[in-house]
Amino acid sequence: MSDSAADIDVDQSKLKISDEIAIQINAMHKWYGSFHVLKDINLTVNQGERIVVCGPSGSGKSTLIRCINRLEEHQQGQIFVDNVELTNDLKNIDTVRREVGMVFQHFNLFPHLTVLENCTLAPIWVRKMPKAEAEEIGMRFLETVRIPEQADKFPGQLSGGQQQRVAIARSLCMNPRIMLFDEPTSALDPEMIKEVLEVMIQLAEDGMTMICVTHEMGFARKVANRVIFMDQGEIVEQNEPEEFFNNPKSDRTQLFLSQILSH
Amino acid sequence: MSHTDYGETEAVFTPRPDLPPPASTVGLVGWVRSNLVPDWFNGAMTVLAIIALFMVIPPIINWTLLDAHFVGDSRKACKPNVQIIRDKVTTQGTMPDGSTIEVQATADRIVIPEGVTPNVRWERKMVEGVVRAKGREYAKVVVEKDVVIEGACWVFVGIRFDQFIYGFYPREERWRPTAVIGIGLLMIIYALTDGLPHRGRVAMFLLIPFPVIAFFMFSGGVFGMPHVDNAKWGGLVLTIIISSVAITGALPIGISLALGRRSQMPIIRWFCVLVIEFFRSVPMITILFMALVVLPLFLPAGTSFDQLLRVLIGVTLFVAAYTAEVVRGGLQALPKGQYEAANALGLGYWKMMRLIILPQALRIMIPAIVSLFIGIFKDTTLVQIVGLNDLLTMVQLAVTDAQWIGLSKEGYFFCGFVFFIFCFSMSRYSMYLERKLHTGH
Ligand SMILES: Nc1ncnc2c1ncn2[C@@H]1O[C@H](COP(=O)(O)OP(=O)(O)O)[C@@H](O)[C@H]1O
Ligand SMILES: [Mg+2]
Repeated sequence: MSDSAADIDVDQSKLKISDEIAIQINAMHKWYGSFHVLKDINLTVNQGERIVVCGPSGSGKSTLIRCINRLEEHQQGQIFVDNVELTNDLKNIDTVRREVGMVFQHFNLFPHLTVLENCTLAPIWVRKMPKAEAEEIGMRFLETVRIPEQADKFPGQLSGGQQQRVAIARSLCMNPRIMLFDEPTSALDPEMIKEVLEVMIQLAEDGMTMICVTHEMGFARKVANRVIFMDQGEIVEQNEPEEFFNNPKSDRTQLFLSQILSH
Repeated sequence: MSHTDYGETEAVFTPRPDLPPPASTVGLVGWVRSNLVPDWFNGAMTVLAIIALFMVIPPIINWTLLDAHFVGDSRKACKPNVQIIRDKVTTQGTMPDGSTIEVQATADRIVIPEGVTPNVRWERKMVEGVVRAKGREYAKVVVEKDVVIEGACWVFVGIRFDQFIYGFYPREERWRPTAVIGIGLLMIIYALTDGLPHRGRVAMFLLIPFPVIAFFMFSGGVFGMPHVDNAKWGGLVLTIIISSVAITGALPIGISLALGRRSQMPIIRWFCVLVIEFFRSVPMITILFMALVVLPLFLPAGTSFDQLLRVLIGVTLFVAAYTAEVVRGGLQALPKGQYEAANALGLGYWKMMRLIILPQALRIMIPAIVSLFIGIFKDTTLVQIVGLNDLLTMVQLAVTDAQWIGLSKEGYFFCGFVFFIFCFSMSRYSMYLERKLHTGH
């Protein structure tokens, strides 16, 4: 396992957690047809927490975080995001999606729009922001992710790492209180992983609530305040990073860690 | 990049000048070698093709241009102005049993009357024939004759040109269709040219208010323009009207049908599937007859419903069904991540479709849609069977006119040429777009 976060400094004093609850999931289940993909998920995330979710492929990590912004529907239990319950009520879904940003493994930038247009689209059309203001905000977040000079290019002209940073900037433009990351670095070449992790660490230092599916264990150790291990649709174990890595409780966690750390 | 250490020896790199490319890959010789004779099979094909072209092209050029008649105001202008005299000649004939015999035959001779410049070319040819020899027996003879070389009579097309273009639209009102189609064409070209300002607005104008303006211009009855009943609309103008109405109507209807076919709501989905599959599984001719016969059944009794309008509705729905399937293909080609990213940003269904999905899907589909439209432009000739006078019908009327009998070649050649110009430009535009899509973003 390479550790791309090894030489990035994290200012631990900036990582603060409030008592306000950002996400609450109670006894949540989800099925794909007859396949029980998420089983009895209970999770409370406070404002400012950085949570890393790991687990073998197919264990339901993506499905879990996609339920939080309703890209997937759950069938049983409750999910509250900033005290808004996710139900079939479209208004609630709308409210939650404005609060929650998401970054995908394959970036999913809009290839027919320039980098800046990718960033301003949602502020203009969802938040009804005037174009000039949206562009100002777009440029600001492109600076945050350190590629303001690429604003007028199309996504296809950028490297993977640059595209993923644009994707992060695009989410930030909607001013979300929570960010979801689904394996944001696993489609990237090793030399580009670091530039994306740097941006994510900066977000953490700025107080963003983050749930991040990743196998970047260095990032988990440095940034996360909690690591969640999932297997076969269940949350098997969760703990502070040091405890989690040095003292895994369950056999499945030990097996998983021995597999990914031996690489 | 890792640095390689070669130890003590120091490799010095002196660039050598570039060699010119081998002669066989450049210049005319290179082009011929790689394109025409890459191997013996293709070389043979090239030779055959050249022979075929030599056989086909000169006669076409002779007929359409060199021997053709362009000026004049009646059929007379195309008649040869030379005199053809029948000469009697004595020659050898071959009897059926193989014996030869002396016979009398006739041979045409062309004489140029005094003060006349001949308007045709002719050639002296050996022509085979039969003549009566002894009593009831015939002999084969070969006689040298002057034969006039036939050329196209474009005078005919010139005189009928206005009818080919406008049908029976009244002469003094023809500026109206001319203006509408001219301005429409200019706007289309403007909207399709890269880099011009406000292209989108011109396109919107073409789609929404322009058809209404066009309708009033054609139909009249407003602003002091006399009313022209649409039974009089015809010729190329009618062909253009039908195909542009079908094309502009089919796009939005086809997109809606395609979206409906993917809808979560079963009633909408089934309705769209039904419409699409119905119109795709019935030939256009049937649709046209049904538009005439079946459509009135759905209307309140006593409403008279314009013939042209019925045909337009039928053709539009027909094209829309095909467009819907093309659009569906384009939608399926888009990765799921595009929908997810749009949803995650909080875009609703319609905004997602309008801003993210359709712009990308339509881009992929343009070549397929253009070839669909080329097809429909040609298929408009079928409206003839329900009594509309499109370009082809006008040509057919003209070539069966007693005054111009025998000139069908010219008429159909012209008709084909006009269709070729339209379809070829659409096809070139689509190829250009395809190339742009491959190199662009
Ligand atoms: N749309 C779907 N339909 C049916 N099964 C699915 C679907 N999406 C994911 N799955 C299944 O659900 C399980 C969990 O998937 P996922 O959440 O993507 O796992 P992870 O992200 O942990 O690798 C997998 O077994 C996967 O095959
Ligand atoms: Mg996953």
